[in-house]
Amino acid sequence: MPPPDTTHGDTPAKNATHGDAGAFAQHWRQLCRNPLGLFGLALVVLIVLSAVFADFIVPFDATQVMAGPRLAPPSWDHLMGTDQLGRDVFSRVIMGGQVALLVALSSLAAALSAGLILGLIAGFGPQWLDNGLLLLLDSIRAFPVIIFALAVITLLGPSLATVILVVVITTIPVYARVVRTQTQALSNNEYILAERAMGAGTGRILGVHILPNVIGPLLILASMDVPLIIALEAGLSFLGMGVRPPTPSWGTLLNDGYNYIHNSPWPVIAGGVPIILTTLGFTFLGEALRDIFDPKLRRDL
Amino acid sequence: MSALLDVQSLRVRFRSLGMLRALVTRTPDPFIDAVCDVSFHMRRGETLGLVGESGSGKSTIARTVMGLTPAHAGSVRFAGDELIGLSSRDYKAYRRDMTMMFQDPVGSLSPRLTVRSLITEPLRIHGIKDRNRRAEAKRLLEMVGLGEDFAQRFPHQLSGGQARRVGVARALALGPKVIIADEPTAGLDVSVQGEVLNLLARLQEELGIAMLVITHNLNVVRHITDRMAIMYLGRFVEQGPTEEIFHRPRHPYTEALLSANPQPDPDAQLARIEIKGEVPSLMNRPQGCEFHTRCPYAREHCRQVAPGVSHAGEGHVYTCHYPLNT
Repeated sequence: MPPPDTTHGDTPAKNATHGDAGAFAQHWRQLCRNPLGLFGLALVVLIVLSAVFADFIVPFDATQVMAGPRLAPPSWDHLMGTDQLGRDVFSRVIMGGQVALLVALSSLAAALSAGLILGLIAGFGPQWLDNGLLLLLDSIRAFPVIIFALAVITLLGPSLATVILVVVITTIPVYARVVRTQTQALSNNEYILAERAMGAGTGRILGVHILPNVIGPLLILASMDVPLIIALEAGLSFLGMGVRPPTPSWGTLLNDGYNYIHNSPWPVIAGGVPIILTTLGFTFLGEALRDIFDPKLRRDL
Repeated sequence: MSALLDVQSLRVRFRSLGMLRALVTRTPDPFIDAVCDVSFHMRRGETLGLVGESGSGKSTIARTVMGLTPAHAGSVRFAGDELIGLSSRDYKAYRRDMTMMFQDPVGSLSPRLTVRSLITEPLRIHGIKDRNRRAEAKRLLEMVGLGEDFAQRFPHQLSGGQARRVGVARALALGPKVIIADEPTAGLDVSVQGEVLNLLARLQEELGIAMLVITHNLNVVRHITDRMAIMYLGRFVEQGPTEEIFHRPRHPYTEALLSANPQPDPDAQLARIEIKGEVPSLMNRPQGCEFHTRCPYAREHCRQVAPGVSHAGEGHVYTCHYPLNT
């Protein structure tokens, strides 16, 4: 035992993992040791910047027909060539990135908030509510995504909003389940019991004591879902079920280029490569973040 | 003198089988009584110790008194007001006067709050705005012997003893009249245990708080309690002044429990009374006296008839047909 002058017992455990001023710097150093994560971060930053400043980057209006010759190979005028209507493919790729990110981020935001609320209710509410919500969520999850998407699009007609709706509905159950499980695990902690003994209401317990402990893992999961959503949007657009022409999307780019692949492979390449890079970027970054913040959260594929 | 906290015939039951399974298996009574006909009272400034094996219902009593677990029957009165059956909104008023400290010193502190937020949390919960929280945090930390520099720390940066002190500070925040301490010394090493016990005893004396201490550490009970109660299978088998019980236990279970307590004196004569067997299941309580399956003195009468409550003066009560030391 320590000498008797230590009036407060033994020395504190010095594992300053989170909540400290130096936490950010520490996480940054951890990220720097992970080359794939850094690569992912660079890609993500590049894609986000190109989407945000798309209007300043594009040399031509993405929907302008006959901006150059048809199906031209890359040149200094048209960095990625032109498509069958003579539209500048580079401009269409950049604007398509804007659409992809718009779909991914807005649907993620909606799915996260809804999943969070449903998960908290299921995890903290009475047993019957939990059972009912789980049944509902699992039913949605059991439905094949593409079939569900096709059904909804057939009913509502293809549009950007429909794609977002499909993504939101199919991803809510995933988040809600994660939140529910975390909430249940946290609710059994003694500090929640202590809060109840002090008279804290449900709102305060959920908002102050459970939510902050749930949101971290959830955001990491969400960052890893960005590529899935972008791929889904591209897939639907490729099938002609996504955004309406002439709005550019990486999926429509692929679809258009695919019809003329014998004449010019460039539009297909230009539509495919960004999908691959975005997927890789977000996946690498998400995995790096997960390893840093929550190594327990490995989602086995 | 009227009691501050008065618990009468308290009974807490839990479902042992789901509704569907109970129906299918035709179990007529799919409940277990975790706490069974328990009565006790505490006066102002008094310390009552609650001892018993794990699973004997000690913590359940505490949680029921705090309104965290619903009671099946009986009454809990605080300063004459019945608490059983109150809505959580009405109960909240009493949570300023009754606080509870939980077993795990670190685990009972919300991990993302600083010590300052943690100990002023009761002020926030009860909407008390006329006190300066910073000053209040400093005052409470001083009371439990922690410096002001602890205010910025997070629970994971505290040792067990420090976390326990923070828990005590939080319990004191609203100036309670009753503190329920569930295993206040669990998980602390012996010297820190002593510090925490001395702190509790000192604060109790200064502030005149009634304290219910739940523990299975008999030395703790002897050190700080005025009266004690011994639980077995959710019932009190004996209750009375601590010194009286330590000197003249009436119930064989108490005797066995006391004899199992390690004595610091190596020359002490150890007359250890062994009790055989396992604790019976709550789902299948023994007939007659519930302790007869393990009692070294059990007779035929004990197997048939459950003993009533007997009095031995000075509030010393026990439930045994053939008490010891009479």
